[in-house]
Amino acid sequence: MSSAVHASVAGGVAWPASPSRAEWERRLLIAAAMAFVGAFLVLPLAFVLASALRNGFAAYVTALADPDALAALRLTLVVVAVAVPCNCVFGIAAAWAITRFDFRGKNALVTLIDLPLSVSPVIAGLVCVLVFGQRGWLGPSLEALDVQVIFAVPGIVLATTFVTVPFVARELIPVMQAQGRDQEEAALLLGASGWQMLRRVTLPGVRHGLVYGVILCTARAMGEFGAVSVVSGHIRGVTDTLPLHVEMLYNEYQFTAAFAVASLLVLAALLVVVVQSLFDRRRRAASPA
Amino acid sequence: MSHSGILDRNLTIAQAFDAEGGIYFRQRRSTRAPARTLPGFGLAMGVTLVYLSLIVLIPLSATFVMTAQLGVRELLSVIGSPRVLSSLRLTFSAALAAALIDALFGLLLAWVLTRYAFPGRRVMNALIDLPFALPTAVAGIALTGLLAGNGWIGAWLATHDLKVAFTPLGIVVALTFVGLPFVVRTVQPVLSSLAPEFEEAAQTLGASRLQAFTRVVFPALLPALLTGFALSLARGIGEYGSVIFIAGNIPMVSEIAPLLIVTKLEQYDYPGAAAIASVMLVASFALLLAINALQAWTARHRRDTQ
Repeated sequence: MSSAVHASVAGGVAWPASPSRAEWERRLLIAAAMAFVGAFLVLPLAFVLASALRNGFAAYVTALADPDALAALRLTLVVVAVAVPCNCVFGIAAAWAITRFDFRGKNALVTLIDLPLSVSPVIAGLVCVLVFGQRGWLGPSLEALDVQVIFAVPGIVLATTFVTVPFVARELIPVMQAQGRDQEEAALLLGASGWQMLRRVTLPGVRHGLVYGVILCTARAMGEFGAVSVVSGHIRGVTDTLPLHVEMLYNEYQFTAAFAVASLLVLAALLVVVVQSLFDRRRRAASPA
Repeated sequence: MSHSGILDRNLTIAQAFDAEGGIYFRQRRSTRAPARTLPGFGLAMGVTLVYLSLIVLIPLSATFVMTAQLGVRELLSVIGSPRVLSSLRLTFSAALAAALIDALFGLLLAWVLTRYAFPGRRVMNALIDLPFALPTAVAGIALTGLLAGNGWIGAWLATHDLKVAFTPLGIVVALTFVGLPFVVRTVQPVLSSLAPEFEEAAQTLGASRLQAFTRVVFPALLPALLTGFALSLARGIGEYGSVIFIAGNIPMVSEIAPLLIVTKLEQYDYPGAAAIASVMLVASFALLLAINALQAWTARHRRDTQ
Protein backbone atom coordinates (compact mmCIF):
# COMPACT_ATOMS: atom_id res chain seq x y z
CA MET A 1 0.00 0.00 0.00
CA SER A 2 2.90 2.35 0.64
CA SER A 3 3.98 2.08 -2.98
CA ALA A 4 0.60 3.41 -3.99
CA VAL A 5 1.14 6.43 -1.80
CA HIS A 6 4.63 7.10 -3.16
CA ALA A 7 3.47 6.91 -6.75
CA SER A 8 0.85 9.54 -6.12
CA VAL A 9 2.88 12.05 -8.13
CA ALA A 10 1.95 10.09 -11.23
CA GLY A 11 -1.51 11.35 -10.27
CA GLY A 12 -4.81 10.71 -11.99
CA VAL A 13 -7.05 13.70 -12.23
CA ALA A 14 -5.83 16.72 -10.33
CA TRP A 15 -8.43 18.79 -8.55
CA PRO A 16 -7.96 22.49 -9.13
CA ALA A 17 -8.40 23.74 -5.58
CA SER A 18 -6.41 22.82 -2.46
CA PRO A 19 -4.13 20.11 -3.89
CA SER A 20 -2.95 18.91 -0.53
CA ARG A 21 -6.45 18.15 0.65
CA ALA A 22 -7.25 16.50 -2.67
CA GLU A 23 -4.11 14.43 -2.38
CA TRP A 24 -4.99 13.40 1.15
CA GLU A 25 -8.45 12.40 -0.01
CA ARG A 26 -6.99 10.47 -2.92
CA ARG A 27 -4.72 8.44 -0.67
CA LEU A 28 -7.51 7.70 1.75
CA LEU A 29 -9.90 6.51 -0.95
CA ILE A 30 -7.28 4.36 -2.67
CA ALA A 31 -6.29 2.84 0.68
CA ALA A 32 -9.92 2.08 1.51
CA ALA A 33 -10.49 0.49 -1.91
CA MET A 34 -7.34 -1.60 -1.56
CA ALA A 35 -8.29 -2.73 1.93
CA PHE A 36 -11.74 -3.76 0.74
CA VAL A 37 -10.47 -5.62 -2.33
CA GLY A 38 -7.72 -7.21 -0.26
CA ALA A 39 -10.08 -8.48 2.43
CA PHE A 40 -12.95 -9.48 0.17
CA LEU A 41 -11.31 -10.74 -3.01
CA VAL A 42 -7.62 -11.49 -2.42
CA LEU A 43 -7.80 -13.12 1.01
CA PRO A 44 -10.36 -15.81 0.00
CA LEU A 45 -8.17 -16.76 -2.98
CA ALA A 46 -5.06 -16.90 -0.84
CA PHE A 47 -6.95 -18.95 1.72
CA VAL A 48 -8.02 -21.58 -0.84
CA LEU A 49 -4.49 -21.96 -2.19
CA ALA A 50 -2.90 -22.03 1.28
CA SER A 51 -5.39 -24.61 2.54
CA ALA A 52 -4.88 -26.75 -0.54
CA LEU A 53 -1.13 -26.86 0.04
CA ARG A 54 -1.28 -27.09 3.83
CA ASN A 55 -0.21 -30.72 3.92
CA GLY A 56 2.46 -30.28 1.28
CA PHE A 57 2.58 -30.64 -2.44
CA ALA A 58 2.48 -34.45 -2.42
CA ALA A 59 -0.84 -34.48 -0.55
CA TYR A 60 -2.14 -31.89 -3.00
CA VAL A 61 -1.31 -34.07 -6.00
CA THR A 62 -2.75 -37.17 -4.29
CA ALA A 63 -6.02 -35.34 -3.69
CA LEU A 64 -6.24 -34.32 -7.33
CA ALA A 65 -5.32 -37.76 -8.64
CA ASP A 66 -8.13 -39.38 -6.66
CA PRO A 67 -10.35 -41.37 -9.06
CA ASP A 68 -13.51 -39.61 -7.85
CA ALA A 69 -11.92 -36.20 -8.42
CA LEU A 70 -10.89 -37.25 -11.92
CA ALA A 71 -14.40 -38.56 -12.63
CA ALA A 72 -15.82 -35.24 -11.46
CA LEU A 73 -13.43 -33.38 -13.75
CA ARG A 74 -14.44 -35.60 -16.66
CA LEU A 75 -18.16 -35.06 -16.04
CA THR A 76 -17.63 -31.30 -15.76
CA LEU A 77 -15.90 -31.30 -19.15
CA VAL A 78 -18.72 -33.37 -20.69
CA VAL A 79 -21.31 -30.92 -19.37
CA VAL A 80 -19.35 -27.98 -20.77
CA ALA A 81 -18.92 -29.77 -24.10
CA VAL A 82 -22.70 -30.08 -24.53
CA ALA A 83 -24.05 -26.93 -22.89
CA VAL A 84 -21.65 -24.41 -24.41
CA PRO A 85 -22.08 -25.36 -28.12
CA CYS A 86 -25.87 -25.48 -27.69
CA ASN A 87 -25.94 -22.00 -26.19
CA CYS A 88 -23.49 -20.85 -28.82
CA VAL A 89 -25.81 -21.86 -31.69
CA PHE A 90 -28.72 -20.31 -29.83
CA GLY A 91 -26.74 -17.12 -29.22
CA ILE A 92 -25.85 -16.71 -32.90
CA ALA A 93 -29.44 -17.37 -34.02
CA ALA A 94 -30.90 -15.00 -31.42
CA ALA A 95 -28.39 -12.24 -32.17
CA TRP A 96 -29.03 -12.61 -35.91
CA ALA A 97 -32.80 -12.35 -35.51
CA ILE A 98 -32.60 -9.47 -33.06
CA THR A 99 -29.98 -7.29 -34.70
CA ARG A 100 -30.79 -7.85 -38.37
CA PHE A 101 -34.58 -7.73 -38.45
CA ASP A 102 -37.34 -5.55 -37.20
CA PHE A 103 -40.21 -7.28 -35.47
CA ARG A 104 -42.73 -6.72 -32.76
CA GLY A 105 -41.85 -7.72 -29.24
CA LYS A 106 -38.12 -7.44 -29.77
CA ASN A 107 -37.54 -5.86 -26.37
CA ALA A 108 -39.63 -8.57 -24.74
CA LEU A 109 -37.48 -11.22 -26.44
CA VAL A 110 -34.28 -9.57 -25.17
CA THR A 111 -35.72 -9.57 -21.65
CA LEU A 112 -36.71 -13.25 -21.95
CA ILE A 113 -33.17 -14.17 -23.00
CA ASP A 114 -31.87 -12.47 -19.85
CA LEU A 115 -34.44 -14.24 -17.69
CA PRO A 116 -32.25 -17.14 -16.48
CA LEU A 117 -29.84 -14.61 -14.95
CA SER A 118 -32.47 -13.41 -12.51
CA VAL A 119 -33.81 -16.85 -11.65
CA SER A 120 -32.28 -18.55 -8.64
CA PRO A 121 -30.06 -21.49 -9.66
CA VAL A 122 -32.02 -23.65 -7.24
CA ILE A 123 -35.20 -22.84 -9.17
CA ALA A 124 -33.41 -23.76 -12.41
CA GLY A 125 -32.79 -27.18 -10.89
CA LEU A 126 -36.30 -27.36 -9.48
CA VAL A 127 -37.96 -26.81 -12.86
CA CYS A 128 -35.94 -29.70 -14.31
CA VAL A 129 -37.22 -31.92 -11.52
CA LEU A 130 -40.80 -30.71 -12.03
CA VAL A 131 -40.66 -31.61 -15.73
CA PHE A 132 -38.46 -34.69 -15.79
CA GLY A 133 -38.57 -35.99 -12.21
CA GLN A 134 -40.23 -39.22 -11.14
CA ARG A 135 -43.40 -37.33 -10.19
CA GLY A 136 -42.93 -34.62 -12.81
CA TRP A 137 -44.77 -33.95 -16.07
CA LEU A 138 -42.77 -36.35 -18.20
CA GLY A 139 -41.76 -38.65 -15.36
CA PRO A 140 -44.11 -41.57 -16.14
CA SER A 141 -43.40 -41.58 -19.88
CA LEU A 142 -39.65 -41.35 -19.28
CA GLU A 143 -39.91 -44.27 -16.87
CA ALA A 144 -41.75 -46.29 -19.51
CA LEU A 145 -38.93 -45.55 -21.95
CA ASP A 146 -36.40 -46.40 -19.24
CA VAL A 147 -34.68 -43.03 -19.64
CA GLN A 148 -33.37 -41.36 -16.52
CA VAL A 149 -32.88 -37.61 -16.64
CA ILE A 150 -32.95 -36.53 -13.01
CA PHE A 151 -30.14 -37.90 -10.80
CA ALA A 152 -28.28 -38.61 -14.04
CA VAL A 153 -26.06 -36.83 -16.53
CA PRO A 154 -28.82 -35.49 -18.85
CA GLY A 155 -30.42 -33.60 -15.96
CA ILE A 156 -27.07 -32.02 -15.04
CA VAL A 157 -26.55 -30.95 -18.66
CA LEU A 158 -30.09 -29.53 -18.87
CA ALA A 159 -29.83 -27.55 -15.64
CA THR A 160 -26.45 -26.15 -16.67
CA THR A 161 -27.80 -25.22 -20.11
CA PHE A 162 -30.73 -23.38 -18.52
CA VAL A 163 -28.44 -21.32 -16.33
CA THR A 164 -26.00 -20.43 -19.14
CA VAL A 165 -28.53 -19.63 -21.91
CA PRO A 166 -27.96 -15.84 -22.01
CA PHE A 167 -24.16 -15.63 -22.02
CA VAL A 168 -23.27 -15.91 -25.72
CA ALA A 169 -26.38 -14.08 -26.95
CA ARG A 170 -25.85 -11.05 -24.74
CA GLU A 171 -22.22 -10.71 -25.79
CA LEU A 172 -23.09 -10.99 -29.48
CA ILE A 173 -26.10 -8.68 -29.61
CA PRO A 174 -24.29 -5.36 -28.94
CA VAL A 175 -21.32 -6.37 -31.11
CA MET A 176 -23.53 -7.34 -34.07
CA GLN A 177 -25.61 -4.23 -33.58
CA ALA A 178 -22.46 -2.12 -33.83
CA GLN A 179 -21.17 -4.08 -36.82
CA GLY A 180 -24.16 -3.11 -38.98
CA ARG A 181 -25.29 -5.04 -42.03
CA ASP A 182 -23.64 -3.23 -44.94
CA GLN A 183 -20.93 -5.87 -45.41
CA GLU A 184 -23.47 -8.67 -45.30
CA GLU A 185 -25.67 -6.99 -47.90
CA ALA A 186 -22.57 -6.49 -50.05
CA ALA A 187 -21.63 -10.17 -49.73
CA LEU A 188 -25.12 -11.21 -50.83
CA LEU A 189 -25.03 -8.81 -53.78
CA LEU A 190 -21.72 -10.36 -54.82
CA GLY A 191 -23.44 -13.73 -54.93
CA ALA A 192 -22.67 -15.34 -51.56
CA SER A 193 -25.23 -17.77 -50.16
CA GLY A 194 -26.70 -17.15 -46.71
CA TRP A 195 -24.42 -19.67 -45.03
CA GLN A 196 -21.35 -18.34 -46.85
CA MET A 197 -22.20 -14.85 -45.67
CA LEU A 198 -22.58 -16.09 -42.08
CA ARG A 199 -19.32 -18.04 -42.16
CA ARG A 200 -17.12 -15.61 -44.06
CA VAL A 201 -18.50 -12.17 -43.18
CA THR A 202 -20.67 -12.13 -40.07
CA LEU A 203 -18.85 -14.48 -37.72
CA PRO A 204 -15.30 -13.26 -38.48
CA GLY A 205 -16.50 -9.72 -37.82
CA VAL A 206 -17.85 -10.54 -34.38
CA ARG A 207 -15.31 -13.19 -33.37
CA HIS A 208 -14.09 -11.29 -30.32
CA GLY A 209 -17.58 -10.97 -28.92
CA LEU A 210 -18.22 -14.62 -29.70
CA VAL A 211 -15.06 -15.87 -28.03
CA TYR A 212 -15.72 -13.66 -25.04
CA GLY A 213 -19.25 -15.00 -24.69
CA VAL A 214 -18.00 -18.58 -24.97
CA ILE A 215 -15.44 -17.94 -22.21
CA LEU A 216 -18.06 -16.53 -19.84
CA CYS A 217 -20.45 -19.36 -20.71
CA THR A 218 -17.76 -21.99 -20.10
CA ALA A 219 -16.75 -20.45 -16.78
CA ARG A 220 -20.31 -20.43 -15.55
CA ALA A 221 -21.02 -23.94 -16.86
CA MET A 222 -17.93 -25.32 -15.08
CA GLY A 223 -18.76 -23.66 -11.80
CA GLU A 224 -22.53 -24.02 -11.64
CA PHE A 225 -23.50 -25.38 -8.27
CA GLY A 226 -27.05 -24.66 -7.14
CA ALA A 227 -28.90 -25.90 -10.22
CA VAL A 228 -26.70 -28.95 -10.63
CA SER A 229 -26.86 -29.80 -6.95
CA VAL A 230 -30.65 -30.12 -7.12
CA VAL A 231 -30.70 -32.54 -10.06
CA SER A 232 -27.50 -34.49 -9.45
CA GLY A 233 -28.41 -36.89 -6.65
CA HIS A 234 -24.74 -36.71 -5.56
CA ILE A 235 -23.67 -40.15 -6.70
CA ARG A 236 -19.96 -40.28 -6.12
CA GLY A 237 -17.91 -40.75 -9.26
CA VAL A 238 -21.07 -40.79 -11.41
CA THR A 239 -23.09 -37.57 -11.08
CA ASP A 240 -20.56 -35.41 -9.26
CA THR A 241 -19.25 -32.35 -11.05
CA LEU A 242 -16.19 -30.52 -9.70
CA PRO A 243 -18.13 -28.00 -7.55
CA LEU A 244 -20.32 -30.81 -6.15
CA HIS A 245 -17.22 -32.86 -5.41
CA VAL A 246 -15.78 -29.89 -3.50
CA GLU A 247 -18.96 -29.75 -1.42
CA MET A 248 -18.92 -33.47 -0.74
CA LEU A 249 -15.30 -33.48 0.41
CA TYR A 250 -15.90 -30.39 2.54
CA ASN A 251 -18.92 -31.93 4.25
CA GLU A 252 -16.83 -35.04 4.96
CA TYR A 253 -14.25 -32.81 6.69
CA GLN A 254 -11.64 -33.70 4.09
CA PHE A 255 -10.65 -30.05 4.00
CA THR A 256 -7.29 -30.38 2.30
CA ALA A 257 -8.76 -32.45 -0.51
CA ALA A 258 -11.76 -30.10 -0.83
CA PHE A 259 -9.51 -27.07 -1.13
CA ALA A 260 -7.19 -28.90 -3.53
CA VAL A 261 -10.08 -29.54 -5.94
CA ALA A 262 -11.34 -25.99 -5.29
CA SER A 263 -7.91 -24.65 -6.23
CA LEU A 264 -8.42 -26.04 -9.74
CA LEU A 265 -11.57 -23.97 -10.04
CA VAL A 266 -9.76 -20.94 -8.59
CA LEU A 267 -7.05 -21.25 -11.22
CA ALA A 268 -9.70 -21.53 -13.96
CA ALA A 269 -11.43 -18.42 -12.56
CA LEU A 270 -8.15 -16.48 -12.48
CA LEU A 271 -7.53 -17.49 -16.09
CA VAL A 272 -10.97 -16.20 -17.04
CA VAL A 273 -10.33 -12.91 -15.24
CA VAL A 274 -6.95 -12.45 -16.98
CA VAL A 275 -8.38 -13.23 -20.43
CA GLN A 276 -11.29 -10.91 -19.68
CA SER A 277 -9.02 -7.98 -18.88
CA LEU A 278 -6.90 -8.65 -22.00
CA PHE A 279 -10.04 -8.68 -24.15
CA ASP A 280 -11.23 -5.53 -22.47
CA ARG A 281 -8.03 -3.70 -23.34
CA ARG A 282 -8.22 -4.87 -26.95
CA ARG A 283 -11.81 -3.73 -27.14
CA ARG A 284 -10.84 -0.32 -25.78
CA ALA A 285 -8.01 -0.07 -28.29
CA ALA A 286 -10.39 -1.02 -31.10
CA SER A 287 -13.12 1.48 -30.30
CA PRO A 288 -12.37 5.18 -29.84
CA ALA A 289 -15.18 5.45 -27.29
CA MET B 1 -13.83 3.08 -20.91
CA SER B 2 -12.38 0.58 -18.56
CA HIS B 3 -14.94 -2.00 -17.83
CA SER B 4 -15.62 -5.61 -18.47
CA GLY B 5 -17.84 -8.28 -17.07
CA ILE B 6 -21.27 -9.46 -17.82
CA LEU B 7 -23.29 -6.73 -16.39
CA ASP B 8 -22.23 -3.75 -18.26
CA ARG B 9 -22.98 -5.54 -21.51
CA ASN B 10 -26.54 -5.64 -20.34
CA LEU B 11 -26.35 -1.90 -20.14
CA THR B 12 -24.91 -1.82 -23.63
CA ILE B 13 -27.82 -3.81 -24.99
CA ALA B 14 -30.29 -1.41 -23.42
CA GLN B 15 -28.34 1.54 -24.70
CA ALA B 16 -27.94 0.11 -28.16
CA PHE B 17 -31.67 -0.26 -28.41
CA ASP B 18 -32.58 2.91 -26.70
CA ALA B 19 -29.96 5.22 -28.11
CA GLU B 20 -29.05 3.82 -31.50
CA GLY B 21 -30.98 0.68 -32.30
CA GLY B 22 -34.42 2.12 -32.70
CA ILE B 23 -33.22 5.09 -34.66
CA TYR B 24 -30.97 2.89 -36.77
CA PHE B 25 -33.84 0.70 -37.87
CA ARG B 26 -36.21 3.60 -38.35
CA GLN B 27 -33.78 5.51 -40.54
CA ARG B 28 -33.03 2.42 -42.53
CA ARG B 29 -36.65 1.81 -43.21
CA SER B 30 -37.31 5.32 -44.42
CA THR B 31 -34.32 5.61 -46.74
CA ARG B 32 -34.15 2.10 -48.12
CA ALA B 33 -37.12 0.02 -49.07
CA PRO B 34 -37.73 -3.22 -47.11
CA ALA B 35 -36.15 -3.88 -43.72
CA ARG B 36 -35.83 -7.61 -44.41
CA THR B 37 -33.15 -7.69 -47.05
CA LEU B 38 -31.05 -10.30 -45.29
CA PRO B 39 -31.87 -14.00 -45.29
CA GLY B 40 -32.48 -16.37 -42.43
CA PHE B 41 -35.10 -14.56 -40.38
CA GLY B 42 -37.43 -17.55 -40.19
CA LEU B 43 -34.68 -20.00 -39.28
CA ALA B 44 -32.99 -17.75 -36.71
CA MET B 45 -36.26 -16.74 -35.09
CA GLY B 46 -37.50 -20.33 -35.12
CA VAL B 47 -34.36 -21.67 -33.43
CA THR B 48 -34.46 -18.85 -30.88
CA LEU B 49 -38.08 -19.32 -29.91
CA VAL B 50 -38.08 -23.12 -29.87
CA TYR B 51 -34.86 -23.28 -27.85
CA LEU B 52 -35.96 -20.62 -25.39
CA SER B 53 -39.34 -22.30 -24.93
CA LEU B 54 -37.92 -25.79 -24.43
CA ILE B 55 -35.06 -24.87 -22.14
CA VAL B 56 -36.45 -21.92 -20.20
CA LEU B 57 -40.10 -20.99 -20.63
CA ILE B 58 -41.94 -24.31 -20.50
CA PRO B 59 -39.91 -25.57 -17.52
CA LEU B 60 -40.45 -22.28 -15.68
CA SER B 61 -44.17 -22.45 -16.32
CA ALA B 62 -44.16 -25.87 -14.64
CA THR B 63 -43.46 -24.07 -11.36
CA PHE B 64 -46.60 -21.96 -11.66
CA VAL B 65 -48.77 -24.82 -12.90
CA MET B 66 -47.65 -26.97 -9.97
CA THR B 67 -48.33 -24.09 -7.57
CA ALA B 68 -51.76 -23.43 -9.09
CA GLN B 69 -52.71 -27.08 -8.49
CA LEU B 70 -52.27 -26.46 -4.78
CA GLY B 71 -55.32 -24.27 -4.39
CA VAL B 72 -55.47 -21.00 -2.49
CA ARG B 73 -55.86 -22.31 1.02
CA GLU B 74 -53.09 -24.84 0.76
CA LEU B 75 -50.82 -22.31 -0.93
CA LEU B 76 -51.35 -19.86 1.91
CA SER B 77 -50.67 -22.53 4.49
CA VAL B 78 -47.35 -23.42 2.78
CA ILE B 79 -46.22 -19.82 2.33
CA GLY B 80 -47.63 -18.74 5.68
CA SER B 81 -45.87 -21.41 7.73
CA PRO B 82 -43.43 -19.80 10.19
CA ARG B 83 -40.41 -21.62 8.78
CA VAL B 84 -41.11 -20.50 5.19
CA LEU B 85 -41.93 -16.94 6.24
CA SER B 86 -38.79 -16.66 8.31
CA SER B 87 -36.63 -18.01 5.46
CA LEU B 88 -38.17 -15.56 2.99
CA ARG B 89 -37.69 -12.68 5.41
CA LEU B 90 -34.06 -13.67 5.96
CA THR B 91 -33.40 -14.07 2.22
CA PHE B 92 -34.82 -10.69 1.30
CA SER B 93 -33.33 -8.75 4.21
CA ALA B 94 -29.84 -10.28 3.86
CA ALA B 95 -29.91 -9.58 0.10
CA LEU B 96 -31.01 -6.01 0.80
CA ALA B 97 -28.24 -5.44 3.36
CA ALA B 98 -25.64 -6.92 1.01
CA ALA B 99 -26.86 -4.84 -1.94
CA LEU B 100 -26.56 -1.68 0.21
CA ILE B 101 -22.99 -2.55 1.19
CA ASP B 102 -22.23 -3.32 -2.45
CA ALA B 103 -23.69 0.02 -3.56
CA LEU B 104 -21.47 1.87 -1.08
CA PHE B 105 -18.22 0.04 -1.75
CA GLY B 106 -19.01 -0.48 -5.43
CA LEU B 107 -19.26 3.29 -5.82
CA LEU B 108 -15.96 3.73 -3.98
CA LEU B 109 -14.22 1.14 -6.18
CA ALA B 110 -15.68 2.53 -9.40
CA TRP B 111 -14.56 6.02 -8.36
CA VAL B 112 -11.03 4.97 -7.45
CA LEU B 113 -10.68 2.86 -10.61
CA THR B 114 -11.84 5.59 -13.01
CA ARG B 115 -10.49 8.75 -11.34
CA TYR B 116 -7.07 7.77 -9.97
CA ALA B 117 -3.96 6.27 -11.48
CA PHE B 118 -2.00 4.14 -9.03
CA PRO B 119 0.15 1.02 -9.11
CA GLY B 120 -2.02 -2.08 -9.06
CA ARG B 121 -5.00 -0.34 -10.61
CA ARG B 122 -5.15 -2.78 -13.50
CA VAL B 123 -4.94 -5.80 -11.19
CA MET B 124 -7.65 -4.35 -8.99
CA ASN B 125 -9.83 -3.74 -12.03
CA ALA B 126 -9.39 -7.33 -13.20
CA LEU B 127 -10.08 -8.74 -9.73
CA ILE B 128 -13.51 -7.06 -9.60
CA ASP B 129 -14.81 -9.73 -11.99
CA LEU B 130 -13.61 -12.56 -9.76
CA PRO B 131 -16.97 -13.17 -8.05
CA PHE B 132 -18.47 -13.71 -11.53
CA ALA B 133 -15.81 -16.20 -12.50
CA LEU B 134 -15.35 -18.05 -9.22
CA PRO B 135 -17.78 -20.94 -8.66
CA THR B 136 -20.08 -20.02 -5.80
CA ALA B 137 -19.28 -23.20 -3.86
CA VAL B 138 -15.60 -22.26 -3.84
CA ALA B 139 -16.43 -18.75 -2.66
CA GLY B 140 -18.58 -20.33 0.03
CA ILE B 141 -15.93 -22.63 1.49
CA ALA B 142 -13.25 -19.93 1.21
CA LEU B 143 -15.30 -17.31 3.09
CA THR B 144 -16.40 -19.89 5.65
CA GLY B 145 -12.82 -20.99 6.22
CA LEU B 146 -11.67 -17.39 6.65
CA LEU B 147 -14.47 -16.43 9.04
CA ALA B 148 -14.87 -19.61 11.08
CA GLY B 149 -13.68 -19.44 14.68
CA ASN B 150 -10.25 -20.81 13.79
CA GLY B 151 -9.91 -18.99 10.45
CA TRP B 152 -7.56 -16.11 9.56
CA ILE B 153 -10.21 -13.44 10.17
CA GLY B 154 -12.57 -15.45 12.38
CA ALA B 155 -9.92 -16.01 15.06
CA TRP B 156 -9.29 -12.27 15.27
CA LEU B 157 -13.04 -11.56 15.37
CA ALA B 158 -13.43 -14.15 18.15
CA THR B 159 -11.02 -12.22 20.37
CA HIS B 160 -13.50 -9.33 20.05
CA ASP B 161 -16.43 -11.64 20.79
CA LEU B 162 -17.74 -11.35 17.25
CA LYS B 163 -19.15 -14.29 15.37
CA VAL B 164 -19.83 -14.01 11.63
CA ALA B 165 -19.67 -17.51 10.17
CA PHE B 166 -22.76 -19.65 10.90
CA THR B 167 -24.88 -16.57 11.67
CA PRO B 168 -27.10 -14.37 9.44
CA LEU B 169 -24.15 -11.95 9.32
CA GLY B 170 -22.20 -14.59 7.39
CA ILE B 171 -24.98 -14.71 4.81
CA VAL B 172 -24.63 -10.96 4.28
CA VAL B 173 -20.88 -11.35 3.79
CA ALA B 174 -21.35 -14.08 1.16
CA LEU B 175 -24.02 -12.09 -0.69
CA THR B 176 -21.85 -8.96 -0.61
CA PHE B 177 -19.08 -10.98 -2.26
CA VAL B 178 -21.23 -12.30 -5.12
CA GLY B 179 -23.01 -8.98 -5.72
CA LEU B 180 -20.02 -6.63 -5.78
CA PRO B 181 -19.18 -6.72 -9.52
CA PHE B 182 -22.74 -5.77 -10.47
CA VAL B 183 -22.46 -2.32 -8.90
CA VAL B 184 -18.87 -1.60 -9.99
CA ARG B 185 -19.46 -2.66 -13.59
CA THR B 186 -22.66 -0.63 -13.96
CA VAL B 187 -21.31 2.56 -12.36
CA GLN B 188 -17.85 2.45 -13.95
CA PRO B 189 -18.77 3.22 -17.60
CA VAL B 190 -21.05 6.07 -16.57
CA LEU B 191 -18.41 7.56 -14.29
CA SER B 192 -15.71 7.33 -16.94
CA SER B 193 -17.94 9.06 -19.50
CA LEU B 194 -18.59 11.84 -17.01
CA ALA B 195 -15.69 14.21 -17.58
CA PRO B 196 -13.92 15.56 -14.46
CA GLU B 197 -14.50 19.00 -15.99
CA PHE B 198 -18.06 18.80 -14.67
CA GLU B 199 -16.85 18.85 -11.08
CA GLU B 200 -14.17 21.37 -11.88
CA ALA B 201 -16.70 23.70 -13.45
CA ALA B 202 -18.92 23.39 -10.39
CA GLN B 203 -16.00 24.26 -8.16
CA THR B 204 -14.99 27.21 -10.30
CA LEU B 205 -18.52 28.46 -9.86
CA GLY B 206 -18.02 28.35 -6.11
CA ALA B 207 -19.22 24.90 -5.05
CA SER B 208 -17.31 23.14 -2.31
CA ARG B 209 -15.74 19.76 -3.13
CA LEU B 210 -18.49 17.97 -1.29
CA GLN B 211 -21.16 20.04 -3.05
CA ALA B 212 -19.56 19.30 -6.40
CA PHE B 213 -19.91 15.59 -5.66
CA THR B 214 -23.39 15.59 -4.14
CA ARG B 215 -24.93 18.06 -6.59
CA VAL B 216 -23.13 17.27 -9.85
CA VAL B 217 -21.51 13.83 -9.84
CA PHE B 218 -23.92 11.89 -7.68
CA PRO B 219 -27.14 12.81 -9.54
CA ALA B 220 -25.50 11.81 -12.82
CA LEU B 221 -24.50 8.45 -11.31
CA LEU B 222 -27.76 7.73 -9.53
CA PRO B 223 -29.56 5.76 -12.29
CA ALA B 224 -26.53 3.51 -12.81
CA LEU B 225 -26.02 3.11 -9.07
CA LEU B 226 -29.65 2.09 -8.60
CA THR B 227 -29.38 -0.36 -11.50
CA GLY B 228 -26.30 -1.93 -9.92
CA PHE B 229 -28.04 -2.06 -6.57
CA ALA B 230 -31.09 -3.80 -8.09
CA LEU B 231 -28.94 -6.30 -9.99
CA SER B 232 -26.97 -7.14 -6.88
CA LEU B 233 -30.22 -7.49 -4.93
CA ALA B 234 -31.67 -9.84 -7.56
CA ARG B 235 -28.55 -11.95 -7.49
CA GLY B 236 -28.55 -12.04 -3.70
CA ILE B 237 -32.14 -13.21 -3.45
CA GLY B 238 -31.48 -16.27 -5.59
CA GLU B 239 -27.98 -17.08 -4.35
CA TYR B 240 -27.43 -20.55 -2.95
CA GLY B 241 -23.91 -21.97 -3.36
CA SER B 242 -21.90 -19.41 -1.45
CA VAL B 243 -24.48 -19.09 1.33
CA ILE B 244 -25.15 -22.66 2.43
CA PHE B 245 -21.60 -23.21 3.66
CA ILE B 246 -21.37 -20.05 5.74
CA ALA B 247 -24.96 -19.83 6.98
CA GLY B 248 -25.08 -22.71 9.43
CA ASN B 249 -28.58 -23.39 8.02
CA ILE B 250 -30.46 -23.39 11.31
CA PRO B 251 -34.24 -23.38 10.63
CA MET B 252 -35.90 -20.11 11.68
CA VAL B 253 -32.49 -18.49 12.20
CA SER B 254 -30.15 -18.84 9.25
CA GLU B 255 -32.03 -20.93 6.70
CA ILE B 256 -32.48 -19.15 3.34
CA ALA B 257 -35.46 -19.71 1.04
CA PRO B 258 -33.52 -21.47 -1.77
CA LEU B 259 -32.25 -23.99 0.78
CA LEU B 260 -35.80 -24.61 1.97
CA ILE B 261 -36.75 -25.38 -1.66
CA VAL B 262 -33.98 -27.97 -1.77
CA THR B 263 -35.11 -29.45 1.55
CA LYS B 264 -38.71 -29.74 0.34
CA LEU B 265 -37.55 -31.37 -2.89
CA GLU B 266 -35.51 -33.91 -0.95
CA GLN B 267 -38.71 -34.81 0.93
CA TYR B 268 -40.49 -35.16 -2.45
CA ASP B 269 -42.77 -32.25 -1.51
CA TYR B 270 -42.86 -30.90 -5.08
CA PRO B 271 -45.89 -28.58 -4.60
CA GLY B 272 -44.34 -27.04 -1.47
CA ALA B 273 -41.05 -26.43 -3.27
CA ALA B 274 -42.90 -24.99 -6.28
CA ALA B 275 -44.92 -22.66 -4.03
CA ILE B 276 -41.80 -21.11 -2.46
CA ALA B 277 -40.18 -20.93 -5.90
CA SER B 278 -43.23 -19.08 -7.26
CA VAL B 279 -42.94 -16.41 -4.57
CA MET B 280 -39.26 -15.95 -5.39
CA LEU B 281 -39.92 -15.92 -9.14
CA VAL B 282 -42.54 -13.20 -8.80
CA ALA B 283 -40.05 -11.12 -6.82
CA SER B 284 -37.36 -11.77 -9.47
CA PHE B 285 -39.68 -10.78 -12.33
CA ALA B 286 -40.63 -7.57 -10.54
CA LEU B 287 -36.95 -6.76 -10.06
CA LEU B 288 -36.19 -7.61 -13.69
CA LEU B 289 -38.84 -5.14 -14.86
CA ALA B 290 -37.46 -2.51 -12.49
CA ILE B 291 -33.95 -3.15 -13.78
CA ASN B 292 -35.06 -2.78 -17.39
CA ALA B 293 -36.76 0.51 -16.61
CA LEU B 294 -33.68 1.69 -14.70
CA GLN B 295 -31.41 0.79 -17.59
CA ALA B 296 -33.51 2.71 -20.07
CA TRP B 297 -33.34 5.64 -17.65
CA THR B 298 -29.55 5.23 -17.39
CA ALA B 299 -29.20 5.25 -21.18
CA ARG B 300 -31.34 8.38 -21.52
CA HIS B 301 -29.56 10.08 -18.65
CA ARG B 302 -26.18 9.28 -20.13
CA ARG B 303 -27.09 10.71 -23.50
CA ASP B 304 -28.27 13.91 -21.86
CA THR B 305 -25.11 14.42 -19.85
CA GLN B 306 -22.74 13.72 -22.73
